[in-house]
Amino acid sequence: MSLILAVAKNRLMNLRRDRAAFVLAFVLPVAFFTIFASIFAGSGRAQTRRIALAVVDEDGSDTSRRFVAGLRAEAGLSVGLKPGDENGTGPFYTASSAEQAVRRGDVPVALVIPKGFGERPMAFGPGAEPATLQILADTADPIAPQVLNGILQKVAMTSLPAAMARSGMAELDRWSGGLTPGQKARMESAIGEIDRAPATSAPTAREPGRSGLVAVETKDVLGQTKQNPTVTFYAAGLGVMFLLFSAAGAGGALIEEAESGTLDRILATRVSMTPLLLGKLVYLAGVGVAQLTLMFVWGAALFGLELWTHLPGFVVMTLATALACSAFGLMLASVCHSRMQLVALSNLAILLMSALGGSLYPRFLMSEKLQKVGLATLNAWALDGFQKIFWRDQPVWTVWPQVAVLVGLGIVFFLIARRVAERWEAA
Amino acid sequence: MADAALPLEVRGLSKSFGERLALDGVDLSLAPGEILGLLGPNGAGKTTLVRSVAGRVTPDRGSVRVLGFNAADGRARSVRGWVPQEIALYSLLSPRENLWTFGRYQGLSGEPLEAGIRSSLDWIGLADRANDKTDKLSGGMKRRLNIAAGTIHGPKVLLLDEPTVGVDPQSRERIYAMIGELKARGVSLVYTTHYMEEAERLCDRVAIIDHGKIIASGTKEELVRRTVGAGQAVLVETIGPIPASLAAKLSGRGAAVDGSRVRLSVEDPADEIRTLLELFHAGHVPVRDLVLKAPTLEQVFLQLTGRELRE
Repeated sequence: MSLILAVAKNRLMNLRRDRAAFVLAFVLPVAFFTIFASIFAGSGRAQTRRIALAVVDEDGSDTSRRFVAGLRAEAGLSVGLKPGDENGTGPFYTASSAEQAVRRGDVPVALVIPKGFGERPMAFGPGAEPATLQILADTADPIAPQVLNGILQKVAMTSLPAAMARSGMAELDRWSGGLTPGQKARMESAIGEIDRAPATSAPTAREPGRSGLVAVETKDVLGQTKQNPTVTFYAAGLGVMFLLFSAAGAGGALIEEAESGTLDRILATRVSMTPLLLGKLVYLAGVGVAQLTLMFVWGAALFGLELWTHLPGFVVMTLATALACSAFGLMLASVCHSRMQLVALSNLAILLMSALGGSLYPRFLMSEKLQKVGLATLNAWALDGFQKIFWRDQPVWTVWPQVAVLVGLGIVFFLIARRVAERWEAA
Repeated sequence: MADAALPLEVRGLSKSFGERLALDGVDLSLAPGEILGLLGPNGAGKTTLVRSVAGRVTPDRGSVRVLGFNAADGRARSVRGWVPQEIALYSLLSPRENLWTFGRYQGLSGEPLEAGIRSSLDWIGLADRANDKTDKLSGGMKRRLNIAAGTIHGPKVLLLDEPTVGVDPQSRERIYAMIGELKARGVSLVYTTHYMEEAERLCDRVAIIDHGKIIASGTKEELVRRTVGAGQAVLVETIGPIPASLAAKLSGRGAAVDGSRVRLSVEDPADEIRTLLELFHAGHVPVRDLVLKAPTLEQVFLQLTGRELRE
């Protein structure tokens, strides 16, 4: 028994000295619990995700304006009638510009209130034919159109009580054999009182049997022709994450060379540090390009990912992503003093970046705050670029911000690696 | 490269790491085709000196010139080879791939590179293992490959840092033969070792470094003459204790007597040993053992540094 305890104590003494193992055992799990809890559960009401909604009011009636005011009062929506934020400037959205905004990914969903909505806002009774609201949706975010549909029904009840009452009165008039002029006048007066009441956000609980008051049709403006909408996301998301892992792992060869004395030997030859690091960068980027290509070709072969019709965009994004990931791996390897340290640091950094950057869980489903934080990761920029090309069918030139950021990050990471690697140069 | 330039010329080389003075005004030179043994206890400054010559340490003061070029200069890299003490090879690559790598890093390409790989593999006797993984080779094979990786570009000056550490006697002989071949090709070598017999056998000249300074240099004979003298040592062990009367006579001849052991330095062994044996015979003291020893570098090293080489 005492020998067993001696063995256990020996391991404990080792753990105390091995900071990398300590980080892997205790810091990493707690860090990830915190990150994932923030992403999936939210860390408070202020973090709750609001759905950005572009609204096109083609009707322009009092009823449609009350309806829009009702939508604006909803905490779960961020309503914009013009591009930009809720108080955007410029021309009002049209059905066409709103659809473009959805295509570009500016908003996940848009609502078109058609002409005649004020006349026939809702279905009330058999045979009624209300004007149909149209939701223009980006089904990359499958939740937004469903949530919006529910909110539309709720807002119809809470912000258009007068319209509902008028519809009810018309039905009563039709099926009861006719109301007297006095009855109609008194009811109209009461409805007028309802009309003058301000639009409010009502309790969120849905009342069974009251849904489906307004007619809604959803148009998938992006995914209608896509065979498998989630494949693009996972090909890019997981591809970038594993690119980072393999770049960090392969960059670790630098540490092994330093430990074995090979690096010393190389630096005594005609190869100096800058060409050495550049050579490693070229290799890592080449492997990265091959990895992403394999991932997407596999996705095309098995899951119908539309690689061949998006080839130029794929090439541009793959080159930029591979460069940035490779330089990142090289930087990590340069700052670490041992393989174990590299494993601990790269696991922490890459899983953190992948979680926040959307490789593991789409960023558009995160809170606005976390979405902004995610922009600090190269995963987010790479995924945004791939989504533009493959999901939004955007032309290649539109990914210039993503490419610029990735290439810029790649250069910065490489310069840091070069600076840190000075410690291996002549003493 | 100047025609008159020496293969290696170190002048006033000093280097500190923090508070520690690793090299303190080292002067050293290497003649064409010469093998210079660099000896010193651990921590004496050998490694810093070798790394300075390899261009891996920037001097605080002084200069290191390899065939007239500054050690850090690109031209010095081309004419200099360095075989580090570690097996600094890619263990997953084959001998051929390792040689290709270091040949390319030294600027070889095309047919010269291929020819260099072929001749190196033949030279180290690994032509039949050229495509095996290096980590599958024996310790001696790896050592030979380590040397070939530092010589594939045909350097004129070669630094060999303990190239026989951890190898069996047979492999060591093979490495000695390789070093002899390098010398025959006209390569000038700096050879650091912990094995005194290697230095005696291989080196034309020896430099002893201690506390960051070269404390002695010259041929073995010169060092012996200057430090322990030209005399040979006679060691005698008797069967019983030496009586006081005999001990007094021996001491009178300059011998050190310790119980049943006697140590004496002699200039004319044949004459002086005969006289010594007559004294023992006359005193009726039987002799168990008698040894005549020529002075060694080990004695020189001990005399100069006060330490064994392996300390």
